[in-house]
Amino acid sequence: MRYGMAIDTKKCVGCSDCVVACQTENNVPVGYCRDWIVENTAGTYPKLELEIRSERCNHCDNSPCVRCCPTGASHIIDGGIVVVTHVDCIGCGACIQSCPYDARYSHPEGYVDKCTFCHHRVENGQNPACVSVCPTHCMYFGDLDDPNSEISKMVSTRKWKVLAPEAGTKPQIFYLV
Amino acid sequence: MEEIITSGRMNLNIDPVLHVWHWQIPIYLFLGGLAAGILFFAALYTIMDKADKYPTAVKVAPILVPFALVVGLFALLLDLKHKLYFWQLYTNIKFESPMSWGAWTLMAVTPLSIVWVASYLKELIPSIELNSGRFSGVLKMILRPIDNAAQVNWEWKFTFLTDFENYVIKERKSIAWIMIVLALILGVYTGILLSAFNARPLWNTSILGPLFLVSGLSTAAAAIMLLSKNKDERILFSRIDIMLIIIELFFIIHMFMGFLASTEVQIEAANLFLGGAYTVPFWGLVVVLGLLVPALLEILELRGYHVPILAPAGLILLGGLIFRFIMVEAGQITRYLY
Repeated sequence: MRYGMAIDTKKCVGCSDCVVACQTENNVPVGYCRDWIVENTAGTYPKLELEIRSERCNHCDNSPCVRCCPTGASHIIDGGIVVVTHVDCIGCGACIQSCPYDARYSHPEGYVDKCTFCHHRVENGQNPACVSVCPTHCMYFGDLDDPNSEISKMVSTRKWKVLAPEAGTKPQIFYLV
Repeated sequence: MEEIITSGRMNLNIDPVLHVWHWQIPIYLFLGGLAAGILFFAALYTIMDKADKYPTAVKVAPILVPFALVVGLFALLLDLKHKLYFWQLYTNIKFESPMSWGAWTLMAVTPLSIVWVASYLKELIPSIELNSGRFSGVLKMILRPIDNAAQVNWEWKFTFLTDFENYVIKERKSIAWIMIVLALILGVYTGILLSAFNARPLWNTSILGPLFLVSGLSTAAAAIMLLSKNKDERILFSRIDIMLIIIELFFIIHMFMGFLASTEVQIEAANLFLGGAYTVPFWGLVVVLGLLVPALLEILELRGYHVPILAPAGLILLGGLIFRFIMVEAGQITRYLY
């Protein structure tokens, strides 16, 4: 079992519905977010190209945040999901420094918080909140180890990229381009 | 041309630029490096049987260490956002986490440094008159539970303290071997703490460990010079310091050469110091005022000119502190762009 996500940049319109769904589902404190929208404009006018991405923790296979955590609060659970156990976290900030995606933040209560792939939903066979509300259906979540899953088919038939592959983190969120 | 807009994300201390670590970390890195350096020299000259020739390095300067470590550790505690759970550091050992190594090293070094200093108390301060003097009230409160007499002669109240003291004094050389290893780990750790983060290109260079160690040793040599009243010792540490400054300059140039020969993100990190926002503070305050000027002053003094020792030593200490502030601040604004 290896959970992953594929996000179709050709379909995403950057409506931020995923951001709001996540904040609601996970009681994210006001002013913070676990996922966000990036608009990447490349080229020189009038030849411009726009790519819109919904970004979040990449649940990396080679996760620097888990390695540098001095207490084991950051760890990997079944399916390769990277999570933080709040009562083990001392709030030292090492994992925040180690993340090339800046996907983590300090929760006002002190511990470090981030996307959990909504594992409380996934365990019950549901999709993460962001995936389930996406109005353009541009996000796919599932088991990368299962060749028949929707995400495996997307990743094997479409061209994709991951973010900052040169950081060596082996991200598990694939952007279909 | 490429423009990247992140919308909807305004996480505190993460956006627009990362600023998770504040003044506490550079303060600790400075005090930790200073403590590591002083312990290194104390252990080195004990092992070389020169404790009586260089008494400041072996006996006096280490008195600073427990204070530096306690203040440094307190700064680290202030930096934690989930403070009440700090003890989790000591219920876990994570071999892959530099911070875990550092926490355990500090756990060993801090008590060891206190024992080291305490074992020289009898020699340095043979007796304390408890009934007079400005601090007599405080001293009484602290010393009465462990010392018998009205005038403190360091006759411990409990025999096990006397036995332990005798044991430490007898085994000083063996303790020095342990201390020198721990001091080196502590000194290198101040750099490795930062260099372990691949996501911050300015920090992600293995030269940072040796660079911070040498800088820590240099600040320690400066502190010993400041405290020493012995001419031979001052000359020795002046010479050591000049050598350390030369090594440090070499490492700094080496670091930038490495960055410029590396990937785009590291070239950008180097450019912060080569024309960017940190150019003047770094080359002006750290390299010129913190390394070159004190080295020149020390050379002048060795040549026989009279230079007040506070000038080179003070500049080195200040330069070391500013260096750590700049590295921590600048490192956090360097990042991967995608």
